[in-house]
Amino acid sequence: MADMAVDTTGLQAAAGPYDRAKALSAFKLGDKTFYWTTRACAISVLLILGGIIISLIVGAWPAIREFGFSFLTTSRWAPANDPPILGALGPIYGTLVTSLIAMMIAIPVGLGIAIFLTELCPTWLRRPIGLAIELLAGIPSIIYGMWGFFVLGPFLAYHFQPAMIALFEGVPVLGDIFAGPPSYLSLFNASLILAIMVLPFITAISVDVFKTVPPVLKEAAYGVGCTTWEVVRSVVIPYTRVGVIGGVMLALGRALGETMAVTFIIGNSFRITGSIFSPGTTISAAIASEFAESDGLHQSGLILLGLLLFILTFLVLAAARLLLLRLELKAGK
Amino acid sequence: MNFIKAIVAAGMVAASTSAFAADITGAGATFPYPVYSKWADTYKKDTGNGLNYQSIGSGAGIKQIIAKTVTFGATDAPLKPEQLEKEGLVQWPMVMGAIVPVVNLEGVKPGEMVLDGETLANIYIGKITKWDDPAIKKLNPKVSLPSDAITVVRRSDGSGTTFNFTDYLSKVSADWKTKVGSGTAVEWPVGVGAKGNEGVAGNVGQTKNSIGYVEYAYAKQNKLTYTGLVNSAGKTVQPTIAAFQAAAANADWAKAPGYYLILTNQPGEASWPITAATFILMHKEPVDKAASSEAVKFFKWAFEKGGKAAEELDYIPMPEPVVKLIEKTWAADIKS
Repeated sequence: MADMAVDTTGLQAAAGPYDRAKALSAFKLGDKTFYWTTRACAISVLLILGGIIISLIVGAWPAIREFGFSFLTTSRWAPANDPPILGALGPIYGTLVTSLIAMMIAIPVGLGIAIFLTELCPTWLRRPIGLAIELLAGIPSIIYGMWGFFVLGPFLAYHFQPAMIALFEGVPVLGDIFAGPPSYLSLFNASLILAIMVLPFITAISVDVFKTVPPVLKEAAYGVGCTTWEVVRSVVIPYTRVGVIGGVMLALGRALGETMAVTFIIGNSFRITGSIFSPGTTISAAIASEFAESDGLHQSGLILLGLLLFILTFLVLAAARLLLLRLELKAGK
Repeated sequence: MNFIKAIVAAGMVAASTSAFAADITGAGATFPYPVYSKWADTYKKDTGNGLNYQSIGSGAGIKQIIAKTVTFGATDAPLKPEQLEKEGLVQWPMVMGAIVPVVNLEGVKPGEMVLDGETLANIYIGKITKWDDPAIKKLNPKVSLPSDAITVVRRSDGSGTTFNFTDYLSKVSADWKTKVGSGTAVEWPVGVGAKGNEGVAGNVGQTKNSIGYVEYAYAKQNKLTYTGLVNSAGKTVQPTIAAFQAAAANADWAKAPGYYLILTNQPGEASWPITAATFILMHKEPVDKAASSEAVKFFKWAFEKGGKAAEELDYIPMPEPVVKLIEKTWAADIKS
């Protein structure tokens, strides 16, 4: 035993300093490799994004040169004309309107579900509702499109739209927004599908952030006699505002860019009308519909539409960042 | 035992790769895809040679053949002779189809209604908005027409079907020609856009008081209410294979350089007015001569033995004299 002990100490003494340096440098190398690997991953995102922007600009260049600023102010889309006359006003209008209506429906409903799930729901009901929301997020968009086309569209055209048209007939502004004739394929129907599609984003993220509210805060509020409504309004929402807005923005990003479901149910018409029950189109629906058979200036115009969607999404996300920043400043964080 | 199995497996892999190497590649129009793929399937069983056809759209098919990435391209809208000359391409019609107007009107059965070109153009231009319009009533004195608004359905995606349909409307309506014109995607004055033939068929099938236009096969398979049309001779015709063939037979392919001929509004008392051929494009001096002559062999086989399969899928085979012409073109123009 003693021999062995001597032996090992002897070995350690001999190999110790050398091993330590070697081990340290090995660690250092590992760390460096790790650092550079992750850094390369992060930078690759910028490179890919830059590459996409550059190729979009290159592809869109002939259309930019031909149409210039009038691309944004013209609502005519006549690719068969010689030379083609292309204006993006119709798709831009459709993209903004459908996203706006979708968010107007999805935000209150999504938050409502999240609040119910975290604050009010009996335990046994939590799992089924949670599962249903996850399933909603997992349905492929083409299924939404088909469902919208075969089920939701007819229902809205025969039941919901005629009632709304009759209700607002003769009322200024609203009468124009809810003007007939009822249609299977319309801006409103597409918006409703979009609202259902983005609902899980808002709900799931809101549920997660609502769970981060320290129970002690809520208990204190209940302790001083607050109602559930007051706790949600004055404790839960202010505490989680930033996270909720993040979820809403994610949903908005999805709504702006959704393609397949919208193409099925929006009616793909480039005209701009005041009524939300008339057919329209969005930027992504227009690209998806026409790209395969396009060439020359027409294709370039479609790529320019893609570039516009890119810019539009960027502006929306930037605005969201700014909003978050202001909220954080206001909250004194 | 394992050793033998390995050899057999390796041999099978080698055999399949060599079979793969002989495959012909083509890309283009979506309209003939069902018949091309059926032909390819039978051809593979008969000869062992495969064909890989990607239905990516006529425009993309033209681009691919010009870029020489495929053995042949396919398009529903033929290239003009000067363009063929410029790119060094040969073009010929491969198979034909027909486009029919379809309506969804309560109590109206397939073939009961009749439209003429001008009325059809005026509906699609937005001048005729109600079903009981005098112009429609005059053509259909016996049909009870509702006074409801017409829901116009058209394609939202660029397509050869739209090209031929708008070409027909341009030929029969001066108004359409100046205001809208013809193309694979046009500036539609009215209506809702649906994706693909199946989208238009689905939309018309679902929407009351609607009208649309689809390939004949889609109207038939979806049991849609097609209408008759008044042709250029002033006669009312129904969409039947005989009427499509009459239009094809009246087409003067021999006098069309580069087979540049659009089959809409053809003369003849029995001719259906909106028929369309779909075309194949190949290089006169192909990069891969073996693949090219292999492709010509396939097309020859399709002309000789594929007629029945085409008819089963509601396509119209090219008439015998036209096939003779095309075979001459192959011999004269394609170097192998």
